[in-house]
Amino acid sequence: MTFKYNNVYINNQSTVVGPYEKKGPLGNKFDKSYKDLYCQEKSWEMAEVKLMQDSVEILLRKARKNIKEIDLIIGGDLLNQICATSYALQKFKIPHLGIFSACSTSTEGMLIAANFIDSGKIRNAIVSVSSHNLSSEKQFRNPVEYGAPRPSSATFTTTGGASVLLSNTKSRIKVDSATVGRICDMDQKDPNNMGACMAVAAGETIMDHLRETKRDVNYYDLIITGDLGLYGKEILKDYMASEYGIELSNNYSDSGLMIFDIKNQKETLAGGSGPACSPLVNYSYVFPLIEKGILKRVLIVATGALFSPTFVYQKNPILSISHAVSLESVR
Amino acid sequence: MEKKDYKEIVNRHKPTESRVANAITSFLVGGLMGVISVFLTELYSYLFEIPTKDATTFMIVTLIFVACLFTALGFFDKWVNFAKCGLIIPITGFAHSIMSAGLEFKKEGLIYGVGSNMFKLAGSVIVLGIASAAFFGAIRFLIFGGV
Repeated sequence: MTFKYNNVYINNQSTVVGPYEKKGPLGNKFDKSYKDLYCQEKSWEMAEVKLMQDSVEILLRKARKNIKEIDLIIGGDLLNQICATSYALQKFKIPHLGIFSACSTSTEGMLIAANFIDSGKIRNAIVSVSSHNLSSEKQFRNPVEYGAPRPSSATFTTTGGASVLLSNTKSRIKVDSATVGRICDMDQKDPNNMGACMAVAAGETIMDHLRETKRDVNYYDLIITGDLGLYGKEILKDYMASEYGIELSNNYSDSGLMIFDIKNQKETLAGGSGPACSPLVNYSYVFPLIEKGILKRVLIVATGALFSPTFVYQKNPILSISHAVSLESVR
Repeated sequence: MEKKDYKEIVNRHKPTESRVANAITSFLVGGLMGVISVFLTELYSYLFEIPTKDATTFMIVTLIFVACLFTALGFFDKWVNFAKCGLIIPITGFAHSIMSAGLEFKKEGLIYGVGSNMFKLAGSVIVLGIASAAFFGAIRFLIFGGV
């Protein structure tokens, strides 16, 4: 399902990161960073709350807006009951929608906001997401201090908060269209190889989008997936070639490989992941390039593994989903 | 695409883990642990003039203490990540698993945090260990009559 928009623009964006992202190749492009994973809070969960809260405050400051002028704030994260979002956004006391789509939450949020704005129901909306390396490790894997060895196909959850302001006020970046993804199941059961679980969802969504908009893969200057990582990226290329005969070449990239320097940051293994991974790269690096007109048409394909340890222990496969948002440079 | 065809694609792009290198590291570190243990046992036996059996207990307590201390100081996880089974299999791994889980849930308080989560990793080892000890003990009793 693809929606076409006529009147939705991206006005501003903000990013807040932890120490690992700061050391990465995009380190100097983020609005704010913390040297310590606790972010001056008492627990990792509260640190994640702070990351999201900071990103909203920085966004308001950058966009010169008062929170009262914002109609709706949409948010999501990876923790159970998307609690980091609730605790972060309760401070602002404006209408809120909490959403969960794992690591594709950012594009799902943008898609929902764009639909509201385009229909004239609201004038503007903020979409926020966050993830924290250690709060995710605690919830999904082993205790942090255990340091369990992980295979090289595993990804490294990014620590960060990212917010974006969408509205009907014209800007350099237009939200052209968005495609709602479908839940995919390829019987993947390895939580240490999320790229393999999600690649198929990215492939299906890209294909749905191209088909429904009647566009060619080369229509886009950049197609950027969320957090497939080193191996997931190759799986997606292989899948697209063998299933649809489409070659993803120079105009294709993956956020997970851009946020960290995986050769020198060994701990990041196959690359970055988490709901914040895709927006951190897009907001800090890709959006400015669209604003300058260097990239004219970009398809953001955030990918999410709908992973629950309980369901996987009960021998169920890991499901995945992906939502795409197409952006255009306006002169 | 069929699930099995997709699995083939996934397998094509699966990284190979350096099993041999991991095994050698684990073997060497595990061996070193053994050497340290024997040295400690002999040392305690000589220093306190106690039988080897008692000295062994002293040695185990020492290793548990050191592993827990290093975990709490925050660098034992890096050692485990490097040495893998060389440090996980010996008693150090067991102590480390309990300590790390305890630390992880400190913020949730003594009852809902540390108390109920401390054995998150070690719990299965204890339960299954005791169960198998009872099972094999019973077999030994039935066959050898408890000798």
